[in-house]
Amino acid sequence: MKMQWEILVVDDEEVMRESLVAWLREDGYGVDSAASGRDAIERAREKDYAIYFIDLKMPGGIDGIETMMEVKKIRPEASIIIITAYATVDTAISAMKEGAQEYIVKPCNPKEISILVERIINVKNLQLENTILRQKLAKRYSFRDIISKNPKMQDIFELVKEISSLKSTVLVQGESGTGKELIARAVHYSGDRASKPFVSVSCAALAETLLESELFGHEKGAFTGAVAQKKGKFELADGGTIFLDEIGDISPKLQMDLLRVIQERTFYRVGGTEELTVDVRVIAATNRNLAEAVAAGTFRDDLYYRLNVINIQIPPLRERREDIPLLVRSFMDRLSHELGKETDDITKSGLKLLIDYSWPGNVRELENAIERAMVTCKTRVLTDEDFAFLEQNGSRKQAWNVPDNLPLQEVEKRVIVATIKRTGGNIKEAASVLGIDRSTLYDKIRKYEIER
Amino acid sequence: MNRRIYLSPVGNVVEETLTVTARFISEMFGFDAVRHTSFPEPDFAFDVRRGQYSSTLILQNLTKVCPPDAVRFLAMTEADLFIPMVTFVFGQAQLSGKVALVSLARLSQDFYGLPGNNDLKIHRAWKEVAHELGHTFGLVHCRDRSCIMSLSTEILQIDLKSEDFCQGCWAILSEELAAQNVAFRRGHLEMRNKVVETPR
Ligand SMILES: Nc1ncnc2c1ncn2[C@@H]1O[C@H](COP(=O)(O)OP(=O)(O)OP(=O)(O)O)[C@@H](O)[C@H]1O
Ligand SMILES: [Mg+2]
Ligand SMILES: [Zn+2]
Ligand SMILES: [Zn+2]
Repeated sequence: MKMQWEILVVDDEEVMRESLVAWLREDGYGVDSAASGRDAIERAREKDYAIYFIDLKMPGGIDGIETMMEVKKIRPEASIIIITAYATVDTAISAMKEGAQEYIVKPCNPKEISILVERIINVKNLQLENTILRQKLAKRYSFRDIISKNPKMQDIFELVKEISSLKSTVLVQGESGTGKELIARAVHYSGDRASKPFVSVSCAALAETLLESELFGHEKGAFTGAVAQKKGKFELADGGTIFLDEIGDISPKLQMDLLRVIQERTFYRVGGTEELTVDVRVIAATNRNLAEAVAAGTFRDDLYYRLNVINIQIPPLRERREDIPLLVRSFMDRLSHELGKETDDITKSGLKLLIDYSWPGNVRELENAIERAMVTCKTRVLTDEDFAFLEQNGSRKQAWNVPDNLPLQEVEKRVIVATIKRTGGNIKEAASVLGIDRSTLYDKIRKYEIER
Repeated sequence: MNRRIYLSPVGNVVEETLTVTARFISEMFGFDAVRHTSFPEPDFAFDVRRGQYSSTLILQNLTKVCPPDAVRFLAMTEADLFIPMVTFVFGQAQLSGKVALVSLARLSQDFYGLPGNNDLKIHRAWKEVAHELGHTFGLVHCRDRSCIMSLSTEILQIDLKSEDFCQGCWAILSEELAAQNVAFRRGHLEMRNKVVETPR
């Protein structure tokens, strides 16, 4: 299927306009014309032309360059060819800096026009095919927006489908940014609880007492600040799923409370006496090694076994590098829309750099890297240079001079301070860059008394 | 029979060229092609700066004098034609319209500083005539380089392409012709193939 691309010819001079229109029509294109810049802008709003031929000099009203800028605002994808006379070639060349794709000096050799148009259309056809192909690829390798062609991940998708309508607890393990929450959501939304709430709680973010009231709610006056009765996340998730993120970080007391809800489906609000019953599926996630925590005695083994009925272990991104190109394309497609950027491709060497990088922060770090590169990228194509920042953060290449007499703890502190500074105080991102989980980072911030 | 293709010279054109071209058109398209009024040199369309004639202006004028019973109206001229965008055109036609114009100026060997060859010039003219008339029957440029509807922007391309429509273009053209000329259609289409002989 070839798309029928349309062309708009913009010129105030009738003979000029009509003859170019006729020429392009004979070449088989659908062509409209506009006799002024204003008219052209009007038409750009109504129809999505692939190519605009705009005469540079249109006396009275708005000139060619202004017309081009307005059209670009409405149709950033459109290709613009500026028509100029010899006398004004300089202006036409500067128009290219403002976003014109080409300029032609009239009168030109007859074959120039057809070749130029054909070249632009060929690129557009190719882009269209690429997008369609990419969308197809993305569909083929994605399950509820989780993209992967890796066999282990494909097994996980299968498992998720099988267990989605069960009530058993699921424990999702994986490094930070591997997509644990995404998998949890996939379990919920593939199953028969899909129409009921999916409630997510980050256990690392809150102090023990706050987390307790967050999970179970509280009665009015249960503690200072409890000015009214409040429902907890378990109640809000009734009939649906509760996602307990970073479960490895909870206190022994809460571990016991959780065990009780999971076993008996009952609990009390903080400060309450009424026993509440809920029907909630529990999915927990952690980037810690819970088995080790159990062995070390910091995590209750009975809770661990209750949580670990179904175990999903997500491999880190560096162990499934084949996913990187797919993820990059998918993030670029989404972000180019969100950021309103024309950037829609990446050079081979740019992609190679991303494939080779270690990705301590996994998919989230990759997503952030693409966004950062796209925000600063000035062209249609991302290159290695757009990812220069990865070289600094990553453990690659850059030898650094080890200062004399520096205690290891001081090294750690300095690295943390520098990283937090670089992420603009974003702890989540800093943790992902450092390859540790957020709670560990909080611990260290407290330990080294780092200001944020 | 009032379904005719009219053929007129604009300015001075060798009479024999007109006569043989009329015959060519009849054979190619299956309509009677008749020699129509001569028009004077198109001075009104002369562009002093370019030293050429505006194809668009001549075509506009021809449209005004197009005989009402004409299926198509074709004009030939020795004037070197241009449209503002490009340095020259071999001809111009109204896409799915009635009027077409072909310039002989650049079809002659003299133009390229070579010894004259009138047969070659006429042969080239026929290709251009068929091409422009093809446009009036709604055909657009064809990717097939040997098809007469392929775009020629230099004389070599005209010489390289055949004087025939490719299968695809012919299919579209014959539907158009059928719609215009039902009674004539079948017999003509069958005998049409390769009846056109190249003058040597
Ligand atoms: N396979 C994937 N396909 C598409 N996007 C993904 C994939 N994996 C992760 N992401 C994206 O990466 C980001 C991190 O995912 P998510 O929050 O699920 O990871 P996580 O393992 O829960 O991270 P953390 O341990 O830091 O909480 C999200 O924006 C998510 O959309
Ligand atoms: Mg998470
Ligand atoms: Zn043509
Ligand atoms: Zn053809």
